[in-house]
Amino acid sequence: MSPGFVVIVGLGLGTYALKSAGPLLLGGRRLPAPIERVAQQLPAALLASLVVVSTVVGDRSLVLDARLAGVVAGGVALRLRAPFIVVVAVAVAVTGVVRALVG
Amino acid sequence: MDDRTRRRRIHRQALSISLALAPFGIVFGVACVQAGLGLAEAIGFSAIVFTGSAQFAAVGVLGEGGGALAAIGAGLLLNIRSLAFGVLLAPSLTGRVGVRALLAQLVIDESTAVATVQDEHRWRRYGFLAGGLAVFAVWNLTTIAGVLLASVDDGFITDLGFDAAAPAAFLALLWPRLVGAGGAEGRRIAIAGGLVAVAAVPLAPPGIPILLAGVGVLAARRGPGAAR
Repeated sequence: MSPGFVVIVGLGLGTYALKSAGPLLLGGRRLPAPIERVAQQLPAALLASLVVVSTVVGDRSLVLDARLAGVVAGGVALRLRAPFIVVVAVAVAVTGVVRALVG
Repeated sequence: MDDRTRRRRIHRQALSISLALAPFGIVFGVACVQAGLGLAEAIGFSAIVFTGSAQFAAVGVLGEGGGALAAIGAGLLLNIRSLAFGVLLAPSLTGRVGVRALLAQLVIDESTAVATVQDEHRWRRYGFLAGGLAVFAVWNLTTIAGVLLASVDDGFITDLGFDAAAPAAFLALLWPRLVGAGGAEGRRIAIAGGLVAVAAVPLAPPGIPILLAGVGVLAARRGPGAAR
């Protein structure tokens, strides 16, 4: 088996174990109230970190480039109540234009 | 909001977030070829591992000449957050063991994001399924496209600004938590999460900063205004 397939099998099994632990072991049981409350608040923190990391991080350091302009433009679009797909399109277009201008 | 409007809104969210990933699927296919992997292996990663960041990490390690164990380790480290997502989603992913086992494969950033912005368990489940299936289809198709395109220059992704698609999609999903009722708390948590992630980036391996951002929730809860 090539190294690629070894990694697919090993990483696939490990990843599946991580993904399935919650749904398989917890099932429909509710978590204790304090944990449930934290769980409700987690998405805001996770989404914010995903926004930040995918906007200003490259190669394990902070990189300020055209992506930031694009995402800020996306934020303005959200402020103006633009639909989801328009927000993404604005961010892509502004990033592309800024990158073309700044280089 | 009636059920039809609700379903349509979820479909739009799922479609947008999956299309936002298309450029990354293409980049992943290109990365596979650059690492010396073939089409079958590229599809194996995207269908079986099915977690973008872990796939990129593992293929990156292989491409740099790293061993299989190092590649698996890098991928898993990046993927610890899947455990947190699974626990977060568990109350909405009910059903027989076989059903839950199948659903678990779709636990990824994007399905979690679409699910958790819904406010009832049945809509969370629906959002999870819609987001997960849409991303699974787009991710695998674009992986294939990337492998086929690999002989062509891959600079077009960044040239056209498509690398801003995913952060903008995440921001759009975050937005409802920042405005309106409860927005003050949402903003506090989001800022804390973002700051923790930024601070952790130079210190921790890729993927860990996002996980650490969960700590931001606890910090924000102890912050000013928490004692209401």
